Parts: sequence; C-alpha cells; structure tokens
Amino acid sequence: MNYFKHDFASLHELLVNKELSVTDLTQQTFDNIEKRDQKIGAFLNLNKEAALEQAAQLDQEGVAADNLLSGIPLGIKDNIVTKNLKTTAASKILENFDPIYDATVVEKLNALQTITVGKTNMDEFAMGGSTESSAFKLTKNAWDQTKVPGGSSGGSAAAVASGEVIAALGSDTGGSIRQPAAYNGIVGVKPTYGRVSRYGLIAFASSLDQIGPLTRTVRDNAILLNAISGLDPRDSTSSSHAIPDFTAKLDGNIKGMKIAVPKEYMGEGVASEVREGIKNAIAVFEKLGATVDEVSLPHSKYGVPVYYIIASSEASSNLQRFDGIRYGHRAADVKNLEDVYVKSRSEGFGDEVKRRIMLGTFSLSAGTYDAFFKKAAQVRTLICRDFANVFNDYDLVLGPTSPTTAFGIGEDINDPVTMYMNDILTIPVNLAGLPGMSLPAGFANGLPIGMQLIANRFDEETMYRAGYAFEQATDFHKEVPTFGGQD
Amino acid sequence: MNFETTIGLEVHIEMKTKSKAFSPAPVKYGVEQNTNTNVVDWGFPGVLPTVNKGALEYGMRAALALNCEITKDIHFDRKNYFYPDNPKAYQITQSETPIGRNGWLEIEVDGKKKKIGIEEMHVEEDAGKNTHSPDGYSYVDLNRQGTPLIEIVSKPDITSADEAYAYLVRLRQIIQFTGISDVKMEEGSMRADVNVSVRPIGSDKFGTKTEMKNLNSFEHVRKGAHYEAKRQQRVLLSGGKIQQETRRFDEPTGETILMRVKEGASDYRYFPEPDIPPIHISDDWIEEVRASIPEMPDKRREKYVSSWGIPEYDAGVLTQTKEMSDFFEATVAEGADAKLAANWLMGEVNAYMNANKLELLETKLTPENLAGMIKLIEDGTISSKIAKKVFQEIISNGSEPKAWVEAKGLVQLSDPAVLEPLIETVLNNNEKSIEDFKNGKGRAIGFLVGQIMKETHGKANPKIVNKLLMDSLKKR
Amino acid sequence: MAISASEVEHVAGLAKLAFTDEELQKFTGQMDEIIGMVQQLSEVDTDGIPVTTHVTDATGVMREDVAVSGTPREELMRNVPQHQDGYIKVPAIIDESEEA
Repeated sequence: MNYFKHDFASLHELLVNKELSVTDLTQQTFDNIEKRDQKIGAFLNLNKEAALEQAAQLDQEGVAADNLLSGIPLGIKDNIVTKNLKTTAASKILENFDPIYDATVVEKLNALQTITVGKTNMDEFAMGGSTESSAFKLTKNAWDQTKVPGGSSGGSAAAVASGEVIAALGSDTGGSIRQPAAYNGIVGVKPTYGRVSRYGLIAFASSLDQIGPLTRTVRDNAILLNAISGLDPRDSTSSSHAIPDFTAKLDGNIKGMKIAVPKEYMGEGVASEVREGIKNAIAVFEKLGATVDEVSLPHSKYGVPVYYIIASSEASSNLQRFDGIRYGHRAADVKNLEDVYVKSRSEGFGDEVKRRIMLGTFSLSAGTYDAFFKKAAQVRTLICRDFANVFNDYDLVLGPTSPTTAFGIGEDINDPVTMYMNDILTIPVNLAGLPGMSLPAGFANGLPIGMQLIANRFDEETMYRAGYAFEQATDFHKEVPTFGGQD
Repeated sequence: MNFETTIGLEVHIEMKTKSKAFSPAPVKYGVEQNTNTNVVDWGFPGVLPTVNKGALEYGMRAALALNCEITKDIHFDRKNYFYPDNPKAYQITQSETPIGRNGWLEIEVDGKKKKIGIEEMHVEEDAGKNTHSPDGYSYVDLNRQGTPLIEIVSKPDITSADEAYAYLVRLRQIIQFTGISDVKMEEGSMRADVNVSVRPIGSDKFGTKTEMKNLNSFEHVRKGAHYEAKRQQRVLLSGGKIQQETRRFDEPTGETILMRVKEGASDYRYFPEPDIPPIHISDDWIEEVRASIPEMPDKRREKYVSSWGIPEYDAGVLTQTKEMSDFFEATVAEGADAKLAANWLMGEVNAYMNANKLELLETKLTPENLAGMIKLIEDGTISSKIAKKVFQEIISNGSEPKAWVEAKGLVQLSDPAVLEPLIETVLNNNEKSIEDFKNGKGRAIGFLVGQIMKETHGKANPKIVNKLLMDSLKKR
Repeated sequence: MAISASEVEHVAGLAKLAFTDEELQKFTGQMDEIIGMVQQLSEVDTDGIPVTTHVTDATGVMREDVAVSGTPREELMRNVPQHQDGYIKVPAIIDESEEA
C-alpha cells in the first residue's frame, strides 16, 4: 500500500467499494513496516496476529459507509495503554508490561474499528526530543537516516512520514507531537488541554500532557482528532467544551484572518533557514488574505525553565509508582524493601528520566519549593497572560515549530540544556494549555521545516482552517522522502 | 519546678461512603484480600483519580459539626512517600486548602467545661494494609487503599491526659452523630496520633514534642499521654533534654518506648494534585450539607430535658451514642411515653446488651416493639411483672409484643365481671381473713390478693383486684 | 546556587535512586547546569502573581458516590512480580516506616 498516494477518504472508498479488503490493507501495512522499519525503526512492538484477526472480522461484517476510519490501520505511541498489547513507554522498567485495560482514546478508536498495528518508539516516558532516550532502539528521520526523528513521538512521526502507516497517535507535553512532525514533514496536532482524555496515557507531566494525531494531511488530522476528542468521566481534567466537526471549516478561505507572529519566535536563536521558511509562509498567508502582524510574548523566553521545573516536578511524582512491586521491572537479588525500590528504579530508568526525576524531586523539596516549583507556577501564569493578551486581538499565532531542522543522531544527547532549548517554541503552548499544530512549510538541505500554528483555547477549528488553506496553497505536503516511498 | 503539659491530637477517621475517595471501587470491610480494588487503587500506569462527591460532603458535614469555617476554594495535594501499601507512592490529601479550619468542640472534665480548638480538618485517602510476616516478606492487601478519611488536627489547647481522653470521646460522639462513620477504634475506623510536650509553667514557648502514632484505644491515649508527660518532666528535672522522637505505647507496662529519633522534618514534597481541577464550594452547597446533618447530641439532650421531661443525667446517657439516641427518638415517635422509654433503654435494654455483649442494633429489639410493649403496660393490658417476660421475648426473638402476649394468654385480667366471682369464691373460702381485716389487720388484704393472683396465675390486674376486693369486704 | 554532590545524593535518596560515584559526578554537573538555567526565573517579578497549576476549563469535577465492583484479582495480579494467596508479596522493610 502506497500511503503517500492516499488519505482516509480515498482508502475508505477502496474499502467500501471492496476494491481492497481490510485484511489486504492490514497485511500491506505490515509489509510496509517490514520493508522500511529496518531503516526507520519506528515500531517497538507489532500487533500482527490480533490486527489481522480484527481485519478478517471486519471484512466479514463489511466496512460501514459512514465511518471513515473503519478498517484503517494506525500506529499508537507506546505510552498509550493498550489492553493485552505490551506497553512499555520505551522504558526498561515496563519492558514486559501487559496492560489489563485500554486507554480512553484506544477505546474510542476500537469503537470506530480502526486497527492498531503496533506501538511506536518514543523517548523513554516521553522525556526527550529525539527518541534517543528510548531504552530499546533508535528511530531514524524518514528524510535522512543520520538525523533524529525528533521526539518524543519520534516513532509515530517517522512511521507516518516513511509511509509505514497513514496516521498515528502521539502525545505532547512540551512539543512531543509538533517537533517530530516538523522534523519529518508531516502534520501534528497537540489539542487544547482537556480536549482529549488522558486516561490511559502513561503520565509524564499531568498538567501538560495531551494526546494528539500525526498525519500527512490537515484534513486527516482533523478527522482523527474528531475521533478521539471528548469529555471522559475517568479524566477529571477533560473538558465538557462543545466539540465542533474539525473538518467543517476546511474551505481554504481565510480572508480577514488576523495572525500574530511573536518577535521572540523569529529571533537569533532560530536558524536562518528556518526563519526564511517561515517568512515565506507568512507571505503565503498574506496572499490568502490574512493580515499578519508582529507581536510580543515577553515571558515566552522563560518557558523552558518553567517547563523543566513543572514537568519534572510532576514527573518525579508520577513516576514514583514504578517501584517494582505491582508491575514492571523488579531487580533480582534484593534483600529488603529499600533494595526493591532503589535497585529496581535505578536499573529500570534511563539517564534522562533519572535527570528529570532528580530535578523534579529537588524542585519540590521543602527548602526549594518556593524558589522553584512555586516560582515556576507563577511565571506560568504570566506566560498564559501573554497569550491571552494576543488572542484578544488575533485569531492565530504563527511561528516556527522548532529553532532548527532535524539534528544529527548523537549530537545533543549528552548536553541536556542544549537539548531542552530545542523545545523553546513549543513549550509555551503546553504551559498555557493551548492547541498547536505543526505542518510542513518548506525544506532546508533536504530536511523539512515545520511551521507552528497556535490557536486560542478550544479553537482548533481556526487552526485547522488556516493550516488547510496553507496546505492547499503550497506543495510541501506532496513531497515524499526518497527513502522507500516508490512502491 | 512545675510543668504544664500540652497535647496535640491528630485523629484519622474512615468515612463509610459507598465508593472510595478517588476511585469507584466499593468501600467494604472484611472481604477477601485484593478483591475490592481496581486499576486506579493499584496505581496502574495511566490511571487517573476521580473525586467522590459523597466523600467531600461527608468531610463538610464533619467540618460543620465541629464548628469549622469551610474553605470555599479547595484543591487536593499530593503527599509523596514510598511504601508498599501506598501504590502511587503519593497520597492524595489536602495540605494547602483543608476543607475546614478553626473549629472547636467542648469537653467537660471534673465538672468543668472547656473549648478545645480544631486547627484544621481535611479529606484524604487511606492506604492499603501491609502485613509483615516472620518469613521476611510483607503481604500487601489494597482493599483499604483509597477509603476516604478525614484527619482532624487539634489546637494546642489540651493540657492533660484526661482532657485528651475527653476530647476523643467527644469527637467520636460528634462524628458518630453526623452519620459519616462508625468511628470504631477497635476496627481501626478511628485512629489517633498523639503529640506530647511539657514546659515550665509560665514559659511562652512549647517544649519539644514526642509523638505516638496510630493509637487505637482511648485508654491507651490517656495512659500513654499521662506517662509521657511524667517521663518528660523527669528527664527535664534531671537536667536532660527532650528529643524529637517517635515513641510507642506499651500496653503491658503502661509505658512509652522509644522507636526512633526524628532527624528533621520528613520531606513529603507536597504539591497541588494536577489530575484534579480545583473545586469551589458555594454557600448554597454548604447550606445543603448543613441541612443534611442529623441533630447533634447537645441539641437532642436539650430537647429531651426541656420538651420531654427527661432528667439531665438520663438525657446525657441517652445521647452518648447515635444508635441509642435514634432508637430512643424512634420509640417515642412510635407513641411510647418518653420517660418510660428512657427507663427501659437505660435499665433493661442496657443490662441485656451488657450481659450478652451486644450492640443495640445487634439485638432483635425494634423501636416499634419497645413502644408497643410500653403501651401494653400503660393501658393495663400487661402487668409490669409480665412485661419483663415480654421484654425478654421481644429483645431476644423480635416478636411483636401484642400478638405474643395474646398468643401466650398473658393479657392481664381487668374485667370486673370476670374478677368479681373469683373474689367472692376466695372470700368465701377465707372467712378467717375477713375477720382479721375487720379487726384491723391490714396484712389480711395482702394474703387475699395473693390468693386471687394465684387463682389467675398472676394475670389479674392488681390495681383492679385491690379496688374490687375492698368493695366486697366493705359489703360483708 | 550551586548544588553539591551530597545534596544530589540526598535528593536521590528521596527519589529512591542510587548512583555510582562516577554517575554522581556526572549528574551533579548536569543538575548544576540545569539549575543554573532554571535560575533565570529569579529575574521575573512575581509579586502577587497567583500560581497556575491547572490549565483545564473544568472545575468542580466530581463523581456521585456510587460503587462499581473492582477489577478481578487475577487480572490485577497478572503483572505482579511476586504474589501469594491473593496478596502482593514484597521483601520486608528493615526500618519500620512511619507510615505503617
């Protein structure tokens, strides 16, 4: 199956008209993965048997004409819990974890009869921006296998970009959907905080995490977000806000839309080729009839430290449950309870996870709480207010997704602070709970440049509308990586 | 040097909600290990807490009953520590915004009344149970994990072991009347941590305190606090210093024993629980909860004395437990005379409970049946002698008194038409006694009544018999 | 503010992590760098600024007090490294915890 030539609608047509069976589609998807994943390394674990069984069942029942997603094979990031399908969050501490329940998003997709083909690689517990902190394997950028796919949803992004699957779910705590989408030249959306249930998402930072779709087109992205959105009584932070049909306003018309470009997003720290790409994108928006103004988000430069304190603090607490007692890795050769804790955790967690646990534990400690956690939570308020001010006057904020295009494997892994700065443009969106999208806006040296669109809370519609208009006016999304995409 | 003692009490009470504080698993006792738990209680990866409104409302009830100010904007916090019975390695509690603050309750020691302040009161979740075995392993049962608790922290107003005891008795009574908990120390649904310090009288600084944790008997609290205050005084008088430490009350010796010295405060790394959005408590909601609180013991006592004519002491006894007070009120509501009902409950009923080691609600007695029996006495259907038989029956077998009395033929004979011929026969057979009576020997009456009772197998109504007998004697 | 190796060790103790001497040196250096980065926040005036700890629009989310039967024990036990007679089994503590 050549996913580069399809979207949900065209696949659906093939399935409904019985020009293609779900079984064939599923089998071909596994074929894609088998051929390409040796180079890409996007999947940690495949669900072959169950997926083909489910496909056969669907072929018997027939694909419903009114359900675009019925019979569509999807990849799921490995921090989203899938019943009876090993879920590890790319951590040794969960190496053999066999979940006994489904995440809410998985329940929703199952109800829509999508087919889970496997679990995608990621940074361990979603901590990282390169997928290099996975305990199990490296994932390569679809456009250049010497480059990282970004992260933490690097497996999901690379799987979609390399045409292994048509779409995948990821999670985004500080840019973990948008940045790998940018590095792989696809569309990735982090929805408004509360839009999608977090129940069954292995928590990294509870007040920042959101699940979202990675796809090759804006429309497919909107379709998949339609499928997973909604209030969940099991997630008290999920929102009862009305859910529009995110595809309803994809008409290419953005005349009069008011777009703000924060000057902090186009500064020195952003690589010139990325800035150039975004400037060209701005010109496209202007041509489409939008007005584009420069604004300021004065506190966005504090986003990285605020994020690292808050995310690490929450993570240090969230990851305490991995104690070797009820599930997960328990160290061999333990003499007492302290051994169970310390040895299991020290063996089970990788360095990046340990660093964050340490920073978080430190930030919450009695002597440092006020100067660290509380201070960060106050500056977070200022970051939220910055955005609120801009959205008083504008429909959308636009900028690059990441300061650079994909960097080389091994380049940043031992320099945490440099690595953390890669997230500077995505982090403020999570801190403020806003929806954000990354979509392809050009290429530099053969690597995709990602443009970020940020909308006001619960206004994904405007974001999709603008993204769609841009996509229709440009050809970047039609580019395919030279690797393995010619069948 | 003379010392004064300061005692602080932190009391944990398990609330009897249907479901757990942050998961919908059932709250149930005495079931097989790990059968009332779900993935949330186990802290599986990806699960999230959901707040039980009932648990929060029970917490509000307790706060209102303890005269606390309700905190209008609350959130939950995480208290982080590792332990096998604490699956998430954090407890969801309220550290920054306890549901209640600045409350008080009143105790009476040696006839003196005193208000004891309540610093704060919060809602949190209980942990599971960890059983240590001699085989070198601990065995974890998570059934109790997530059971809603309230923790009530006293102000440093308690100055003696007797006051501490009175505080606990009073606290248990109030909480029991709110209906949110069974407050049974022996079942662990009420547990107390006790802090004790002493200081020279006149000193404006509290002394260093020691702590005893998880005491589950009021008597242990009293004895432990008493011993600990004396011990600290001895240490200070001999020139020693009190160190901050955790001690254990040793029941056989009545002493407290050092467990471990505390090195600085524990670092629980409290922070706001990100998985639970803040909750606003409106005035309307507070009033709604206030209206749902059953009448408190003081109010009931006042009502018993002023409206129902019950002596002060008796009213106090009847309001010691909600069970008793509810039973008493229900019996009165069934139409029984309040004083008679009170006498039966405090006398025969109590005696029966003690003799059989039963709680009131464990007996077969119902307010309907007690009231029914009292009415039978009042209207003369049964004698007080027969009543004792009837009482044994209704409390041990739950029989309906009227039906049982009729079936057993125990109805008192009060009909003159039946009694008069009997009296005539007895008089005819006892000419000597009539003579004695006429000669002024009063006890002849007693003998004659006895004869009549004998003839009727004790069922004759003594009052009526007396009257009819006198009439007949006068005629002779 | 610089962080010392002994402070890092103390934090590791709270987090139930252990480091070799070599790791401890590396982590101390990295923690120090991160803390340095984080300390730019001290230049922000946050007097009177409230904290933001939640960004959802949901507030006052509660569930009615209705019990739902638990997860079957066999399923819960499926991932438990060591269990016996329906109990989770762990090596005993040596130091009796305060939270017993």
